[in-house]
Amino acid sequence: MRRRVLPGFGLSLGYTLTWLCLVVLLPLAALAWKASGIGFEGVARLFTSPRTLSALKLSFGGALLAAMANVVIGLVVTWALVRYRFPGRRLLDALIDLPFALPTAVAGIALTAIYAPNGWLGQWLVPLGIKVAYTPLGVLLAMVFVGFPFVVRTLQPVLQSLERDVEEAAESLGATGAQTFLRVILPTLVPTLLTGFALSLARGVGEYGSVIFIAGNIPNRSEIAPLLIVQRLEEFDYATASALGIVMLAFSLLLLVLVATLQRWTRRWAEPAT
Amino acid sequence: MTLALKQLTRQFTELAALDDVSLDIEPGEFIALVGPSGSGKTTLLRILAGLDYPDRGTVMLNGRDFLAANARERNVGLVFQHYALFRHLSVRENIAFGLRVRPRKRRPPRADIRTRVDDLLKRVQLDGLGDRYPSQLSGGQRQRVALARALAVEPEILLLDEPFGALDAQVRTALRRWLRELHEDLGLTTVFVTHDQEEALELADRLVVMNRGRIEQVGSPQEVYQAPATPFVCEFIGRTNKVALRRDGDAWRAGAWSIPGPGTAGSAVAYIRPEHLALAAADGGPGWDAQLRHIYLAGSVAHLDVHVAELDLSLEVDMASDQLGGLAPGALLRVAPLHGVAFADDCTRWAWGTGLA
Amino acid sequence: MTMVHRRRRASTPRRLGRLALIVATCAFLCLFLLVPLASVFVEAWRQGAHAFLESIDDPDALAAIRLTLFVALVSVPLNVVFGVAAAWAMTRFTFRGKALLGALIDLPLSVSPVVSGLLFVLMFGAQGWFGPWLAAHGINIIFAVPGLVLATIFITLPFVARELIPLMQAQGTEEEEAARVLGASGWQTFFRVTLPNIRWALLYGVLLSNARAMGEFGAVSVVSGHIRGLTTTMPLEVEMRYNEYNYVGAFAIASLLALLALVTLAVKAALEWRFHADTDVVAAARRRGT
Repeated sequence: MRRRVLPGFGLSLGYTLTWLCLVVLLPLAALAWKASGIGFEGVARLFTSPRTLSALKLSFGGALLAAMANVVIGLVVTWALVRYRFPGRRLLDALIDLPFALPTAVAGIALTAIYAPNGWLGQWLVPLGIKVAYTPLGVLLAMVFVGFPFVVRTLQPVLQSLERDVEEAAESLGATGAQTFLRVILPTLVPTLLTGFALSLARGVGEYGSVIFIAGNIPNRSEIAPLLIVQRLEEFDYATASALGIVMLAFSLLLLVLVATLQRWTRRWAEPAT
Repeated sequence: MTLALKQLTRQFTELAALDDVSLDIEPGEFIALVGPSGSGKTTLLRILAGLDYPDRGTVMLNGRDFLAANARERNVGLVFQHYALFRHLSVRENIAFGLRVRPRKRRPPRADIRTRVDDLLKRVQLDGLGDRYPSQLSGGQRQRVALARALAVEPEILLLDEPFGALDAQVRTALRRWLRELHEDLGLTTVFVTHDQEEALELADRLVVMNRGRIEQVGSPQEVYQAPATPFVCEFIGRTNKVALRRDGDAWRAGAWSIPGPGTAGSAVAYIRPEHLALAAADGGPGWDAQLRHIYLAGSVAHLDVHVAELDLSLEVDMASDQLGGLAPGALLRVAPLHGVAFADDCTRWAWGTGLA
Repeated sequence: MTMVHRRRRASTPRRLGRLALIVATCAFLCLFLLVPLASVFVEAWRQGAHAFLESIDDPDALAAIRLTLFVALVSVPLNVVFGVAAAWAMTRFTFRGKALLGALIDLPLSVSPVVSGLLFVLMFGAQGWFGPWLAAHGINIIFAVPGLVLATIFITLPFVARELIPLMQAQGTEEEEAARVLGASGWQTFFRVTLPNIRWALLYGVLLSNARAMGEFGAVSVVSGHIRGLTTTMPLEVEMRYNEYNYVGAFAIASLLALLALVTLAVKAALEWRFHADTDVVAAARRRGT
């Protein structure tokens, strides 16, 4: 075997692997083991229950819509933050991470308080027929809230490193502003936008704390999938809970693979490393 | 104290970085590993420093297995191409690092370290800058800090990786001379890597010309320049004109000019240094009729771009600027090679002409 | 980095477009981020300072604060050790399966918090893998403090490593190699060269994992059992008070958590400024010859 120049290979890798096995892999094995106990019939029963289906639909559908909204919002916000200079820009830039830093329960009750019928915004929106709190719309809103920093933060470095001279080249070749954006800038941003989309989607599907308060948790209407897991656990129905859990876990893993693939795709334009 | 490298081979995934390299480095010698990028010179240096290991081969220092010692036991001084100064330490702390990390038994007392650092700062002409941080220094200053840091541990061998690579031209020339003086002062065995053949010729006692993981030639600057051993050395060291030859009877011929040489058939290439082409007015004698196209004046020397119609070949001819006389572009001349080396396509090498080689 | 303004002959529609984008961004961010943040503090003080202080100076609230601090105090140092070890292994050596290891380190980030909590219930709960054995020995993990700590460690596992890996990758190994050639031992190399170079990123990682450890809700909620004064962390206390219609009480504790978030963001902004100085040097020093 090749001798390693820097020391600590065995120690660092050994410690990392041991810790990962104990904290991550072993619990995952427990989940797989428990979920396998429910059997095919149990799964079938689970996924024909209208209440479960409606919750899965809301979690996945809502997260999908929220992720799409986040791509648009994220692109606009990032563009403004990276390309323009205006007073308060740095403050807003720092605030982008608020949904990361703010505990989800706090975000949840704050959003609910604002959009409740007597809340700051709710009192204006409800008379217009727009009910946010305790409806699927509220769920969507909370998902947008927790997901949109992912798009901004993945997009920001890419947009910053985008060479200005490429745009200038496009302009000097006679492209209009819109053409430059659509044909030169946007194509290079697509993988990054998709990465942000996937990250925001993953976060939205699994989100619990910020959603349950504003959702109102009305069965068949505004219940989310993670809440079902919590309910099954409260009834000590571990098998059903783990079946639901493994569905969500499988989805997260799928998205993780997607993100990894996208990131490799992004790097295809990178300068070859020397 | 001879450092004996024997049959070193190092394979990277797709290329052989070192391919059967053997070399003896004598004590006190100033030796340059020179070659294009990818020639394996940096790999060789890193193996000497203990930062890489060969797949096969040995390195012995006075009969002791050098490869058995790891990087911290080798007692070599290494100056990295980008210096690798410790960003968070001041110049003084950088230089003292190697002394401070010694085990307590071998660690010099605080005051000694201080004097040692002061001496080194003076030696590398950085006195007064000891409390600065690397980011507050110019490239040349950083380079000297890196050197002082390497010297502080009193290494047996000093290794330098492209020591002037990251500096601009003026600083580079000044530092070259300074480094050569320092070497003569200290008498330390020094190995440096460079891709700049001029730098190697100017500085080193001996050149090791490398290409694709192999050693092409080892020799003094004069030997390597005057008597290049391979076509690669001809082209890599100094400037040269390449003239294709074909066998014609018992001679090798290029147009109106021919030279004797071994072999019976096939083709060969003659390499002629620009200063070994003589100019005369256009009239007979061995050589080619040519037309002067352009004169590139480079101070004391002038580089002449001369076109030989019968070979459809442009040649570069060097002459002293004050010998130019009334020469002007368009002039018709006679160009005669004085001497050079040639290689047949079976790699046979021979020198021809008058004088050295 | 300087951004050159291209003011020359920007056409009117373009200027209007720029203005519209800036206004839309500001409006969205204010409405979406600042308003909820402000509402936390306003709701907390709705009935005055007295009510606010009373709802914090309360045995349950104080117990929740103590528990939250304890959980963070245990899980963050463990994450630091793990993060440093993982980053060292990932950035200083090449080995088979490195990409997979990286994905595993990131895994907890993409798992739903509720599922994360579920994992530990399935391991240590009454019907879990080790449940019967634990019950026989009278050890409580689920619905007790150890469960909270475990779930928090799982959730915050990647934070330190994720900050360190890209930085150490970018910094490369040259300085450590230089230290080795100068005779430094492994630990000397780490403490005298590596650690000073990564201290800001490490601090930032600590900060992030601390913020997450103290604010985690979903995973902790699953394993806690909501026993007041014993297994309720601050976010759980917020939930319980909110569900009891004790809004001022809920928002009072929420405002403490929001304050923590703001401090985290402020320190982050300050650190980012330091990072820039560090990474610029690194970027300039890349590129190797042969």
